[in-house]
Amino acid sequence: MNPLLECEKVTIKFGGVTAVSELDLHIREHELVGLIGPNGAGKTTAFNLITGVYQPTAGSIAFGGRTTAGVKPELLSLRGISRTFQNIRLFASMTVFDNVRTAMQGNRAQRVRDALLRGKSFRETEARVKHEAMELLKIFGLDEACDAPGKSLPYGDQRRLEIVRALATQPKLLLLDEPAAGMNPTEKQQLMELIRFVHDKFGIAVLLVEHDMKVVMGICQRITVLDYGRKIAEGTPVEIRSDPKVIAAYLGKEEG
Amino acid sequence: MDWFLQQLINGLALGAIYALIALGYTMVYGVLRFINFAHSDVLMLGAFSAFYLTPIIVPMLGAQTVWTALAVILLSAAICAVIGMTIEFLAYRPLRKRPRLTVLITAIGVSLFLEFTGQHEKVFGAATKPFPTLLPKRDLIFGALHISSNDLVVLALTAVLLVAMWFIVQRTKIGMAMRAVSYNEQAAALMGVNVNAVISFTFGLGSALAAVAGIFYAMRAPGIEPLMGVQPGLRAFIAAVLGGIGNLPGAALGGIVLGLLETFFGGMPGLSNYRDGIAFALLILILLFRPAGLLGKLQMEKV
Amino acid sequence: MMRGKEQIFLLVAIVVAVALSFASGAFNRYYLGIAVDVGINIILAVSLNLINGHTGQFSLGHAGFMAVGGYTAAKLTLLYGALLPPAAQPFLFAAALLAGGLVAALAGLLVGVPSLRLRGDYLAIVTLGFGEIIRVIFQTSDFFGAATGLTGITKMTTFGWAWALAAVTVYVVACLVNSTYGRGFIAVHDDEIAASAMGINTVRYKVTAFVVGAFFAGIAGGLYAHHKLVLKPDGFDFVRSIEIVVMVILGGMGRTAGVICAAVILTILPELLRGVAEYRMIIYALLIIGLMLTRPQGLFTFGKKGGA
Repeated sequence: MNPLLECEKVTIKFGGVTAVSELDLHIREHELVGLIGPNGAGKTTAFNLITGVYQPTAGSIAFGGRTTAGVKPELLSLRGISRTFQNIRLFASMTVFDNVRTAMQGNRAQRVRDALLRGKSFRETEARVKHEAMELLKIFGLDEACDAPGKSLPYGDQRRLEIVRALATQPKLLLLDEPAAGMNPTEKQQLMELIRFVHDKFGIAVLLVEHDMKVVMGICQRITVLDYGRKIAEGTPVEIRSDPKVIAAYLGKEEG
Repeated sequence: MDWFLQQLINGLALGAIYALIALGYTMVYGVLRFINFAHSDVLMLGAFSAFYLTPIIVPMLGAQTVWTALAVILLSAAICAVIGMTIEFLAYRPLRKRPRLTVLITAIGVSLFLEFTGQHEKVFGAATKPFPTLLPKRDLIFGALHISSNDLVVLALTAVLLVAMWFIVQRTKIGMAMRAVSYNEQAAALMGVNVNAVISFTFGLGSALAAVAGIFYAMRAPGIEPLMGVQPGLRAFIAAVLGGIGNLPGAALGGIVLGLLETFFGGMPGLSNYRDGIAFALLILILLFRPAGLLGKLQMEKV
Repeated sequence: MMRGKEQIFLLVAIVVAVALSFASGAFNRYYLGIAVDVGINIILAVSLNLINGHTGQFSLGHAGFMAVGGYTAAKLTLLYGALLPPAAQPFLFAAALLAGGLVAALAGLLVGVPSLRLRGDYLAIVTLGFGEIIRVIFQTSDFFGAATGLTGITKMTTFGWAWALAAVTVYVVACLVNSTYGRGFIAVHDDEIAASAMGINTVRYKVTAFVVGAFFAGIAGGLYAHHKLVLKPDGFDFVRSIEIVVMVILGGMGRTAGVICAAVILTILPELLRGVAEYRMIIYALLIIGLMLTRPQGLFTFGKKGGA
């Protein structure tokens, strides 16, 4: 399959601290990859580098064969990178429906004239976006809550809504930043099914940052392990599980 | 050259006054993260306190003596400290957990209240009043250079107060508590810091400095009136932002920079009318290139 | 069914405003003057609400935009008013208002650019600074009458002009807010980082809000100039900006209906307090403090947030 995301020797320094060092990370189309590592290993920083929030100090990132250097997050989103956040960042004053609708508008923003005249093309695009957003919400069973404020949903549903919102941008690559944080075992089980479902149904690549070993091992095809900003291992879940370096750096401490 | 030195000294003296006011803005910002719009009116109240105290104190300690000046300044500072703490207690403390915008608007309300109450004929009245001469004013003349003794006093006093502030914030227990509250209010509270007391103290200290600044500003001004704080307040506010709000040396630096700018541009024919505009234009330019001010540290939002 | 609902509102509002304006001879001149003030303040408050309320920026420079529009429009009618026949005067006025709005919009573009790098208190001080710079420019420019300002402006603002343009402002802001623009504004307001991750061009929305907001403030300035007939730089200092900010906050940030009500009440209130003139500004100040302490979410919470 074709490579989708290619990170080559990506490094970023904040002042004197090297948060990510010479990271090589490759994701092919429709792959489900996990990125794990102990606290402070640089996972979220790697996310922010891929999504354009930070620019690397050295190294290169390409998405779909084109470099992402100097490209702003909103343009990367239009190219097909979407994400969720570790500390859920829904649009707080919007309804569930508007959260999704807003993410959908990306490159389809109306012209001022159309918005003011409210003519035929304006009403048609509004109707189409509305239809598409409702369809998407239906798939995830959130359509009944569509008029509720996004922030009023139960915690698990907020996480789900954030994934739906990310999907509304029609991504080729979806980055999930610790989606299982704060969930109980049942919710985690449901989340795993949800991620698998998203991966299959939408045919997209998924990069999952996660703390919870069970979740990562259970669904990822390939896993990259970071420690102190460096990649220390890469392989299938089985390989990772038996890699002595990983055990020393991470599993040994966490799972005993 | 003489002209340059003359402007330099005038500018430093004016800048020192701005620095004193800016310290109050910056300290309050440090602990509460909001701009206390009423600070400029506390400065006005300081000048008026001195105005009403002087005739009471002169019979006791003599006219134009150091002791009278000292007593008037200290008592005015104490009065303003109480006023500042009262404002915090009544208007800001109930809003501690509310959005900062709410507190900011309240502060604007307090500012308008003090200004309009002051303008009422039964309070101070809107007319300009001559400020009493606290210290005998002598001009020290070096060739073409005229240095007002008041300017020297302001400079010396500001230097002393700056060092005192630094000492309080860096070397005392209450200063450590201020820094802790500034860093993380909740964590400070959990560590046993009495957050309310610290914030109250900060307001008191800032207001006392404003009173001192107000008195010295009044000495240079043609007189005092209830809106006298607005202009220096605004400039000091710019100074605090310029230096990096929340940063004590930054406030002092910003104040000096602004004072120098004002006197140099004000002293140049043809540019004097533009000096307010120039101060703001400079501020905007600096913020565009250093969004956190000259000495401030930019805090990146954690994603 | 949606077809034309907004347009009908706009049309009815304009017709009513103009009709009342023709009948204005029957009304007390004093009340009529206040009614014009109300219309102008609605334009100011609703347009500032677009910047401060919906888009979540914090502008303290609205009076500056108003000054730009007012001076531009007044200068145009002063220069060309005498050259044109009476029948052409309304067209000149309309052109002058439009020109004032456009120049103010240009100023809005200039102020919008710092908003890309600054936020919160820093943005507030920069917009305040822009307002003051604009004031200083007018104060020192002989072309604009320097400190004395512009006098002898022809009375052209009527009840009809003020209220019809207020209706247009409300219409435009409501239409923008209920479109992809509005969702872009609110996304920027709620969370800029999430917005840009979802493909929202935050720069574009912030600048649009500033430009559109400034445009209408400029129009309001033109109306104000031809209502008061005298323009002084002092009338556009930051206390004026703060008055408009207070209207937006009391109305409930981002709620157009509430902001309109606040504009009406805060314009009429000082007039009602004329009997106790010496206390009225003190009462005004206490009112602000009291409301912030008891109802910080705004006086009015009806009307959909974000909508009209």
